[in-house]
Amino acid sequence: MIDTGTLWLVIILLGIGSFLLRFTFIGFVGNRPLPPWLLRHLRYTAVAILPALCAPLVVYSGEGGSTDPTRLAAAIVTVGAGMATRNVFAAIGAGAFALFVLVYVIG
Amino acid sequence: MSTTTTKSAFWTGVRDGAPFMVVAGPFALLFGVLATEAGLSVFEVMSFSLVVIAGAAQFTALQLMQDQAPTVIVLISALAVNLRVAMYSAALTPYLGGAPLWQRIFAAYLLVDQSYALSHARFDADPQMTVPARMAYYFGTCTLVMATWFGCSYLGAALGTALPPGIPLDFALPIAFLSMVAPMMRTLPHLVAAGVAVVVSLLAVPVPYSLGLLIAGISGMAAGAQTELWLQRRGAA
Repeated sequence: MIDTGTLWLVIILLGIGSFLLRFTFIGFVGNRPLPPWLLRHLRYTAVAILPALCAPLVVYSGEGGSTDPTRLAAAIVTVGAGMATRNVFAAIGAGAFALFVLVYVIG
Repeated sequence: MSTTTTKSAFWTGVRDGAPFMVVAGPFALLFGVLATEAGLSVFEVMSFSLVVIAGAAQFTALQLMQDQAPTVIVLISALAVNLRVAMYSAALTPYLGGAPLWQRIFAAYLLVDQSYALSHARFDADPQMTVPARMAYYFGTCTLVMATWFGCSYLGAALGTALPPGIPLDFALPIAFLSMVAPMMRTLPHLVAAGVAVVVSLLAVPVPYSLGLLIAGISGMAAGAQTELWLQRRGAA
């Protein structure tokens, strides 16, 4: 369970941090251009951080940190559908469908 | 559209933003459900959605708090996931930088994927637009999306406790994130960044304080940036 104090600390600080991220340029920096090396790294934040967050949840999804084949298969279906259709909701639909079928029908 | 009045610009923004309700709604709903499952009250869920307004960052923070990660790691990771809004802010500055400060403060608070994407495209296509008309359009694009975001967060929180047990909700988050990321895999550097991040994140599982996520994220970003440079050099040679 999440501790209430920690939760509110995260909500407030994350709110301030998110606001500062959004305000930095529009408010403080103005029209000064960012260095190219920084932009080059920023371009890949989402495609690096999100898979890094998911990979352990997918691979160690079973009891006691083992690999649950149904969840691994559902993750592969999700990524495959997302790359093939380039559509977020097609990917979610395919992944959720695969997970339900595998969990309920196969076991 | 150079004759756009402020009022009509606002309503054009509202109309252009309407389709994005379909995008924001399900994520807010899912956040509400997962946060309630994690033990958050309706009030806490709504505060979270109202204060932060960033789906991916909220999911990340929720997951890491459930893993009992240190608060600093929760914050850095969630903000890293949300770094792109800083780029949106930079991209909109040439168009909105001339507006009064109080408007820019509200604009910053409401800066999300949808308001950025729609506004940047419109401002770029119509250079004659005045700054007040741009602001009006911008706030127009936010209106329905934000109403949906807050409404569906509430719905999800209210629904969360009413769901039958046995639904594999634990895996809703990986599926949602993988669905967001997979369509972004447009180029080789994107694939390399994701691939390296995945491998490093698996190797770094034993690293304490959930630092593995940050190490993996930075490794992936560096790998993507280096691949991009390598492709450029090869193209130039």
